[in-house]
Amino acid sequence: MSPDVKSDRLVGRSPARERLHRAGELVIETVIRICGVSAVIFVFGIFYFVFREAAPLLFGGLDIGQLLTSEAWYPDSSNPRYGAFALIAGTLSVTLLAMLIAMPLGIGAAIFVSEFSRGRTREILKIVIELLAAIPSVVWGFIGLVILNPIIIDIFDTPIGLNILNGAILLALMSVPIMVSIGEDALKAVPDSYREAAEAMGATRWQVTWRVLLPAARNGLLAAVLLGVGRAVGETMAVLMATGHSVNVPDSPLDSVRTITATIAAELGETAQGSDHYRVLFVLGSLLFLITFLVNLTADLVIRGIRKR
Amino acid sequence: MGSFATSKEARRRHQTQQVAFAVLAGMTVLLILPVLAILGLLIWRGAPALSIEFLFSDPVRGMTAGGIWPAIVGTMWLVGVSLAIAAPIGVLAAVYLNEYAGDTWATRIIHLAIVNLAGVPSIVHALFGVGAFVLFFQFGTSILSASLTLAIMTLPVIIASTKEALSAVPMPFREACWNVGASRWQTIWHVVLPNSIAGILTGVILQVSRAAGETAPILFTGAAVFVPFLPQSVNDQCMALSMHLFTVSTQVQNVPQVITYGTALTLVLLVVMVNGLSIVFRSRIRRRRKW
Repeated sequence: MSPDVKSDRLVGRSPARERLHRAGELVIETVIRICGVSAVIFVFGIFYFVFREAAPLLFGGLDIGQLLTSEAWYPDSSNPRYGAFALIAGTLSVTLLAMLIAMPLGIGAAIFVSEFSRGRTREILKIVIELLAAIPSVVWGFIGLVILNPIIIDIFDTPIGLNILNGAILLALMSVPIMVSIGEDALKAVPDSYREAAEAMGATRWQVTWRVLLPAARNGLLAAVLLGVGRAVGETMAVLMATGHSVNVPDSPLDSVRTITATIAAELGETAQGSDHYRVLFVLGSLLFLITFLVNLTADLVIRGIRKR
Repeated sequence: MGSFATSKEARRRHQTQQVAFAVLAGMTVLLILPVLAILGLLIWRGAPALSIEFLFSDPVRGMTAGGIWPAIVGTMWLVGVSLAIAAPIGVLAAVYLNEYAGDTWATRIIHLAIVNLAGVPSIVHALFGVGAFVLFFQFGTSILSASLTLAIMTLPVIIASTKEALSAVPMPFREACWNVGASRWQTIWHVVLPNSIAGILTGVILQVSRAAGETAPILFTGAAVFVPFLPQSVNDQCMALSMHLFTVSTQVQNVPQVITYGTALTLVLLVVMVNGLSIVFRSRIRRRRKW
């Protein structure tokens, strides 16, 4: 197929039309450049507007030490205290357990899709994993509520099945697709000559994977896990619905908790705009923004490091 | 050493290989089974609810009976308006990155911003929507505020897939066009975009599926638990399928199972069908590509 060019439109115009055309082109190219940098504007915009609502409290009396270390989250009491340690512990515990479940599954599936399957099987696997990524988080929360909840009550004989384990299973399933796709990219980026050299020495496919590919793709797999962590920390609806909604530093995976994200989602609607309670939720939002920013930045630097090599 | 095929070492290696294959396949199955089980259960329990009446009537008696029509209409508004905002910006941003930007530090910063925009938690997008659109620009809690928030959140989807589509257009196409005296923009408009339109549409479809399923970003920016009328303009609030599922499964007591499962199934079917469309689209493009 040859490029579709209507050359008569491009040559032989009068000078006046030509000038008009140049001007039009300048306008459209300016618009393109603005759109090009829009992502940068939006990221700064997000930080600016979230921080703007948080700032009056942050610089006007909020005890940051208390926020990060105290367990006392009593935003509505007549003597309000804003200790978010239990919320931070909630987020960390759910994320940690989710990653313990997701890492073997995600990396295992990435290896299987990339090295042990081909043709039709591989296509079907990729489509199913893509569908896994497409299921909305509120539907995952619903699944935690109506399906996982009774199962957990049955198996562990607990009074309620809305807890860390429930949320972690959901988060694991939600963050696996990105781990598989980034992990697969990392494995694909290992030059075929590595595989061929190992196979020529009589290595089985598993030996090639274990001794050659995994060490070579180590950084990419690390980035895959980091992006999964970023997903899990920021996930809102599923953990709001499935982790049981109790502000509490957990002792076991069967304890109910409430994460930072769930707290914002649950309480923002009830606060008066401009109140301290309202602003402290924006402070927590700024904190979340910074955490995910650092995690994503690290993942990106790791991925870029690989490409350079 | 004995003959290769029967040596102890070779057998051991063969066994390890078998075990590794089984374990990896098992992990993959562990991922796939939940999807199938969940879809199966949703269909089994939700399908009885899916009637013309359920889809096209209003919820009544505090949402414990009736249908979900206002939520469907609201989701269409949110998706449509956010698409109208995100599609042009996203496509032009990808055009800039693929056709204009060189390999400079500025370009690196843009890439970094896109990665981070995709990684910002949805609830932080919601806070941003409240701070920027609802309060600062004074759009109030409205379809406009919610759609703007959704548009910014889903922008990276469109940029990434459009960029991929643009970079699949071979360089000689552009060079041929430049050689007959066309400018950069003329080349993009007459050659690059027509040859990548299918790939661009795939990204747009994916944006639709993302936007339709999101809940957190619209919670405080424009979606409401119940609105007694259908939205007339972007300044109205609206209901949404995702928000409705949240409401009937957590906020309202004694909602019959058919309503919660029916709502969940409708949302999942919508998202999965839209996604399926983009998968079919993509494989079509791959097969038809002649270069």
